[in-house]
Amino acid sequence: MNSINGEKMEDTYKSIIQVDDLSLWYGQNQALHNVCMDIGEGRITALIGPSGCGKSTFLKTLNRMNDLVQGVRIQGTVSFEGQDIYSPQTDVSELRRRIGMVFQKPNPFPMSIYDNVAYGPRTHGTKAKARLDEIVESSLRASAIWDEVKDRLKSNALGLSGGQQQRLCIARALAVRPKVLLMDEPTSALDPISTSRIEELALQLKNDYSIVIVTHNMQQAVRISDDTAFFLLGELVEFGDTERMFSQPTDKRTEDYITGRFG
Amino acid sequence: MHGVFLACGLLTIGFVLLITVYLVVSGIPAIHRIGFFKFMFGTKWASTAAEPSFGILPFILTSIYGTAGAMLLGIPLGFFTAVYISKFAPKAVRNVLMGAVELLAGIPSVVYGLVGMLVIVPGIRTVFGLPDGASLLAAIIVLSIMVLPSIVKVSVNALDAVPREYEDASLALGANEVETAFRVAVPAARSGIAASVVMGVGRAIGEAMAVMMVSGNVANMPLLSKGGLFESVRFLTTAVASEMAYSAGLQRQALFSIALVLYLFILLVNAILNSILKKGGGK
Repeated sequence: MNSINGEKMEDTYKSIIQVDDLSLWYGQNQALHNVCMDIGEGRITALIGPSGCGKSTFLKTLNRMNDLVQGVRIQGTVSFEGQDIYSPQTDVSELRRRIGMVFQKPNPFPMSIYDNVAYGPRTHGTKAKARLDEIVESSLRASAIWDEVKDRLKSNALGLSGGQQQRLCIARALAVRPKVLLMDEPTSALDPISTSRIEELALQLKNDYSIVIVTHNMQQAVRISDDTAFFLLGELVEFGDTERMFSQPTDKRTEDYITGRFG
Repeated sequence: MHGVFLACGLLTIGFVLLITVYLVVSGIPAIHRIGFFKFMFGTKWASTAAEPSFGILPFILTSIYGTAGAMLLGIPLGFFTAVYISKFAPKAVRNVLMGAVELLAGIPSVVYGLVGMLVIVPGIRTVFGLPDGASLLAAIIVLSIMVLPSIVKVSVNALDAVPREYEDASLALGANEVETAFRVAVPAARSGIAASVVMGVGRAIGEAMAVMMVSGNVANMPLLSKGGLFESVRFLTTAVASEMAYSAGLQRQALFSIALVLYLFILLVNAILNSILKKGGGK
């Protein structure tokens, strides 16, 4: 597997996002180099690599959150369900509805738990109270936090613990019925117990959503992901089945990284 | 060193107490002699007449209407300016606008009054075909401009302080930048914006010089239903300032009483606004 970048040798799956020859610059600084990757539907794809390797940058190209950065320039294509998301016809708001995102630091809005979850549906035009109630409940259930908050939906979300806040953020993302969930180091700010709850949750959600997760924690990638992509200096070094990659990495740099020789 | 700071703090508190005590002590006698209700709710102020009358309701109502009117115009203008500056303006535009707001804050009130006299008063006279444009409306317009710096600056600070993560979360849910600004940033900055309004009210209600120059300074009852907006009026502040120089006896004491009323008024307004606007602000 010499041209590791992109082609996967292991089991075949249906892809939901195809990234082709993607390069990205922040001003003069090239942050991604010709990345090709097929992200599988109904699978968990982990993005690993040392800090500054471009994995978070790559994640943010998938829902165009990089558009918000000044002086960013992107080349190549990212197709979601066959549509180039960087084409001028793309409705960015709709794209971000269909590709949800969970951030590194839990960031619930400073409003009630209910309003946090209802924010997305309201933004996209759902006004009926009964329908909102339904969405809020199902989203909170799906993110395994319903039982903890059902009696205090009207209280401020900032009163929740960090782990609960992060699950609330997941519920908020699910409330707009996305197809894909992007998670940017969702557990790095959490304690081990909260972390394992988020991991369990990710495994459950995989049945209904495709998940791309950036993680610093290689054990986490092993525990939950189906596929792993290893980034180094903005380059996709190796991409493949998680089990295979961690047992028999094909690239020397991958091996060095996963055995802890750097990073 | 600790003692120096403590002394500074105590000195400040001391001044506040001194002013309060002085106002109460010098303000009570006239109210007592005139009678509380006659003073507060009397509609006629004729301090130098042969049969003097000391009713300050015209001043109280003028101050209320003037401040309310100024806030009615100033809050929306200042608020939307602040949202624009904080969330939408390109950096260069932001710098120019903030510079202009700083400048506006630094202009002495006599200059506002002067511009009001030369521009707004004749403007009102011409537009509405009045014999004289010096009126409650002119004062409201001048005040609404004077409250802008407080509202804009404090609101911009509050909006700037909203964590970027909140806005990212909103955008990532598919909300656009306008929705994000008004549904996430503004609610998150609510208590700061409320504080800006309180400051604006404080500025408007306490202003004397500029309103004296444009309001006509006649002790009329501002009857809004009868075109009171276009009447010459006198504010609580200007009532004190305009007669103090030549007052004596009961008239002078009554002016102190007006100052006391104004002082209590400002305390009351601040307390009410604080409790209303900041309620439910959360953390």
